[in-house]
Amino acid sequence: MNAVPLWLIVVIKSAIVLFVVITTFAYSMLFERKVMAWMQLRPGPNRVGPWGLLQPAADAAKMLFKEDLTPKTADPVIYRLAPFIALFAAMGTFAIIPFSESPAGVWSVGDVNAGILFVFALTSIGVYGISLAGWASGSKFPLLGSVRATAQMISYELSMTMSVVGVLILAGTTSLVGIVHAQYRLWFFIPQLVGFGIYLITAVAETNRAPFDLVEAETELVGGFHTEYSGLRFGLFFIAEYMNMITVSCIATLLFLGGWNAPFGLTFIPGIVWFLIKGGLFLFFYIWLRATLPRFRYDRLMAFGWKVLLPVATLNLMATAAVIAAVR
Amino acid sequence: MTPYGPVAIYLVVALLAAALFCFVPGLLARRKPNPAKEEAYECGVEPTSDVSGRLPVHFYLIAMLFVVFDVEAASFFPWAVQMRALGLYGLLEMVAFVVVLAIGYVYIWRRGGLEWR
Repeated sequence: MNAVPLWLIVVIKSAIVLFVVITTFAYSMLFERKVMAWMQLRPGPNRVGPWGLLQPAADAAKMLFKEDLTPKTADPVIYRLAPFIALFAAMGTFAIIPFSESPAGVWSVGDVNAGILFVFALTSIGVYGISLAGWASGSKFPLLGSVRATAQMISYELSMTMSVVGVLILAGTTSLVGIVHAQYRLWFFIPQLVGFGIYLITAVAETNRAPFDLVEAETELVGGFHTEYSGLRFGLFFIAEYMNMITVSCIATLLFLGGWNAPFGLTFIPGIVWFLIKGGLFLFFYIWLRATLPRFRYDRLMAFGWKVLLPVATLNLMATAAVIAAVR
Repeated sequence: MTPYGPVAIYLVVALLAAALFCFVPGLLARRKPNPAKEEAYECGVEPTSDVSGRLPVHFYLIAMLFVVFDVEAASFFPWAVQMRALGLYGLLEMVAFVVVLAIGYVYIWRRGGLEWR
């Protein structure tokens, strides 16, 4: 057999990961609509295909053929570039997310020892997509939405970083695989219960989901930063948002719920199944929140982030460090 | 290949995929231009004024505070990874650092930098 060049293998791996992630996105959207429907006692999408299973394909086809409008006040280049940035940043994080592990190696495209830093770096780039989209639209509501979004995302990013540092102290590494290995005996959500809570809250705010979806608060901002977008360009922001949801679910699973480690010694079930179950639980939790809680008011949102989450996260971090220093 | 090689290749593939999604479907979409469609959306009425460049100054303040505290957060990472090796020494160093920041934080709070009016 001819030796396949190494780069080609990586390209194929990357394409497979992207395909899986995009499919997961499509079905997480259907999942959301179905779960919301059940919580509101209605059937949800059930016309396209059995049980609505072809709904994502129908949505994609519709978006593809919609007219793509650009307002004449918009900055045409940045207006077109913004969804591209958002989508690229959302897809990029999956380069290093390990899904499972087998004796042959870790199931990820790349395994770098600065794993969690890489994820934070790329999600920060995603903020550019949103803020540029609002700015370049040349319209009032998108501008307001994007300025709000930027302030909200950078505020909550601080607390999110702090909550993750607690895990890093326990694990002694920033590599995602290393963090999962460090949880072989004890999943970190037990010693880092406060950090886990803060991560859950900030993750919802970072992905601009209800109850923190001030960014696209229909009642006051029309559609927020994507008001002017139509057709597939609008769809790309949607893809980016759901992919970010999947990313933070994966990261929460890896950092706090032991990644692919099996609970109660149920090791005969493969690690990837556990990973998917745990990630799916987070997705369900997101949807549950959206169906349950009303939207925050903007001043309360910012006050909560700066006056509650940030000090609590810092104290939690110092307490963790103190315990580690004491028992060393 | 270094650990970052596959990541770089993945990012190129992701870049191409994102470009494919962003720039190709525009060719499929139907086009029926019309002056009304090109107006900025303002709940159905014609835009009453241009977008002004003025925003509440508080957003800039938040951005500046973010820079301060994010640098703090960035300095936590190497310290956190080495915490077990540094022990009590590392803890005291970081307590001193956080106390200095906390003084600034309390000052911001007292001066109303975290309020929205």
